Amino acid sequence: MPEKTLDLIEPETSVKILKLTGQRSLRKRILDMGLTPGTKVEVMRRAPLGDPVEFKIKGYNLSLRKKEAQTVLVETVE
Amino acid sequence: MTKKITVALAGNPNVGKTSVFNAITGSRQHVGNWPGVTVERKMGKRTYKNIEMEIVDLPGTYSLTTYSLDEIIARDFLIEEKPDIVVQVIDATNLERNLYLSTQLMELGVKLVIALNMKDLALAKGNRIDEEKIQEFLDVPVIPTIASKGTGIESLLDAIIEEASKARTNDDPLSYDESTEGRVHELEMILKSDQYFAHYPSRWFSIKLLEGDENIIKKAQESEKYTPIREILRKTDADNFETKIADQRYSTIQAMLRQVCDINTCHLSGSDMVDRVVTNKLLGIPIFLALMWAAFELTFTFATPFMNMIDIFFGWLAGATAEVISTEWLASLVGDGIIAGIGSVLIFLPNILLLFFMLSLMEDSGYMARAAFIMDRVMGRIGLHGKSFIPLIMGFGCNVPAIMATRTIEDPRDRLITILVAPFISCGARLPVYVLLAGAFFGRDAGIVIFGLYALGILVAVLSAKLMRTTVLRGEDAPFIMELPDYRLPTLKGSFIHMWERAKIYLKKAGGIILIGVVGVWLLASIPAPGSGGIFGSEEIYGSTDSLVGALGHLIEPLVAPLGFDWRIAVALVFGIVAKEIVVGSMGVLYGAGEDEQNLSNILAAGAMTPLTGLGLMVFTLLYVPCFACIGVIKRETGSWKWTLFQLVYGTGLAWGFAFTLYQVGSRTGFLT
Ligand SMILES: Nc1nc2c(ncn2[C@@H]2O[C@H](COP(=O)(O)OP(=O)(O)OP(=O)(O)O)[C@@H](O)[C@H]2O)c(=O)[nH]1
Ligand SMILES: [Mg+2]
Repeated sequence: MPEKTLDLIEPETSVKILKLTGQRSLRKRILDMGLTPGTKVEVMRRAPLGDPVEFKIKGYNLSLRKKEAQTVLVETVE
Repeated sequence: MTKKITVALAGNPNVGKTSVFNAITGSRQHVGNWPGVTVERKMGKRTYKNIEMEIVDLPGTYSLTTYSLDEIIARDFLIEEKPDIVVQVIDATNLERNLYLSTQLMELGVKLVIALNMKDLALAKGNRIDEEKIQEFLDVPVIPTIASKGTGIESLLDAIIEEASKARTNDDPLSYDESTEGRVHELEMILKSDQYFAHYPSRWFSIKLLEGDENIIKKAQESEKYTPIREILRKTDADNFETKIADQRYSTIQAMLRQVCDINTCHLSGSDMVDRVVTNKLLGIPIFLALMWAAFELTFTFATPFMNMIDIFFGWLAGATAEVISTEWLASLVGDGIIAGIGSVLIFLPNILLLFFMLSLMEDSGYMARAAFIMDRVMGRIGLHGKSFIPLIMGFGCNVPAIMATRTIEDPRDRLITILVAPFISCGARLPVYVLLAGAFFGRDAGIVIFGLYALGILVAVLSAKLMRTTVLRGEDAPFIMELPDYRLPTLKGSFIHMWERAKIYLKKAGGIILIGVVGVWLLASIPAPGSGGIFGSEEIYGSTDSLVGALGHLIEPLVAPLGFDWRIAVALVFGIVAKEIVVGSMGVLYGAGEDEQNLSNILAAGAMTPLTGLGLMVFTLLYVPCFACIGVIKRETGSWKWTLFQLVYGTGLAWGFAFTLYQVGSRTGFLT
């Protein structure tokens, strides 16, 4: 299964988190929001200007900039 | 005898903590459907069954690791002040992430009561939750509530009282894997041997140390036992550790949730349809602009009939009092000073009310967070953050809460820039000046002119931010991590409460500082200047160059003469520093317009000013020194006189520059003269 970073995932696709590669404080913050490895993330849509991106995770909606999404390593699920 | 206890309301952002607070204490603190409404702790009291409770509403936080000022306020209160009971308010539609904080609160060893809020929304989504199971699992009382309707508050209070009477149970239901527990145990032994750590719950402190929490490590470094602590930490790979901890917390929660409710139904949202349109690639920006424009249009068109009514009323009132009072100066004080002054401010009440009504619709529906989402890219370009956008929008109402709202911005430099440029967003108090002058000089185009001023304010804010970002306040972009709350239909009641709360503030201002301001102007306008030989309160002196205010005006006139302003405007602007509304009131006095708003407008249009100077004055009012209240809050939030002064000088410099250019170019080319 191909590994990708979260910012490259097209909208309306579901992925599973593998690893967080960002800096410590960013990583901690992302973890606190519930993006732990193994969690399913649904990419909802990009903002009209292309950035940030809206995700659905653990039943709520979260937005991240591409720059932050880049630090999240994911694999696609069916 | 009554007992006293402290009860803290904690929880994730936007879960209804303030709504619970309001329901318990009967107060009316601001609530809204976006994360970060409450940014400071608010106290309230309630006596229930003979127990006096001090209730503390805290800002929302996602975890006990803190990033922004509002989160620090919440955490410090929980840790340092040790409330007797912590009520965690939980959004029942978003259990998993909310319970993550519960696990940390339990680690902290506080006496916890859970208010399972938004029960109505959870049910509407077909989300059935077994509260008793949660209670069993976590071993803390779980009380279902609907805070916005006040449902379940009594049971919550009962639970608080019962919990408070129990001895402390320190059981942490969450245990980690063996190696983690081993490290925690080692650390706990060290911590317990040193009095320095007695203030902190040792298990929680150990876990935070292992997670590499910077604040906690700093605290530990100050103790004599740091060397053995460091030894243990060196053996641990903090990077993996925090992932492991978060993972295990969430796993425990998931295991519990599988029994408490059906996971699938726990994850449903009705907001996605709306978002598909509102944040659509093509429609998103046009919709955003259209909403802004509509809010703006409605604020003005709806208000006009009401303004006319208020105008007529004050005209009548002034006429009636003038007949009753025979002493000339007293009639002048009451008629020209008090009634005219208050009238000139109250007439804008309909505008202000509508403006706040529109803002509260944005806040309560959940659109505010979307606006930040849509605009983040634009804000990013100027080196700011999507989150800076919310305070700036709030600024259209009033700059003071806007500056407070910057507390949710994590990066201190971003926050400082947002504070410094926030006063350029045209607040409700500047509106009266525009309505008067644009109405007097631009007739049917008044709407466009006013819209242009708002746009100019935004432009100046944006460019200034960029300028500061690239010069004095350079730095890295802070991460943008923001929750987008579900849309909710705003209730009419809620919006009216918002509107009324703001109106009360405005009315108080009109009856207080503005009244004092206009009476002050009247006094100065009635006292003859030394050597002029006039009589106090006489019609010849009043507001003329022979009055004290005239003398004062002439003194400062040279400063603003290059802008085409005369001494009267100079005086009005000086008084406007107290509160922007006074600009209109004092112009009324100085141009001898009396109580009737329309009258002042006519005098101005008839040649007391040119359209060019009118425009210049509006621009100047937009940009120069903000009001006292605003200066005060800038000082408090930046904690620095240097930056406060910087804002004042920078703003006034810009105001002067803009008005100067406008007047000099305009009068040479014959534009608008
Ligand atoms: N339907 C429903 N809405 C609620 C309930 N409780 C609160 N709300 C609404 O939820 C939104 C958020 O409420 P607040 O009380 O401002 O939340 P808060 O936790 O204080 O939020 P922050 O101060 O931003 O952390 C508001 O629009 C409330 O009207 C509830 O039980 N049911
Ligand atoms: Mg609140």
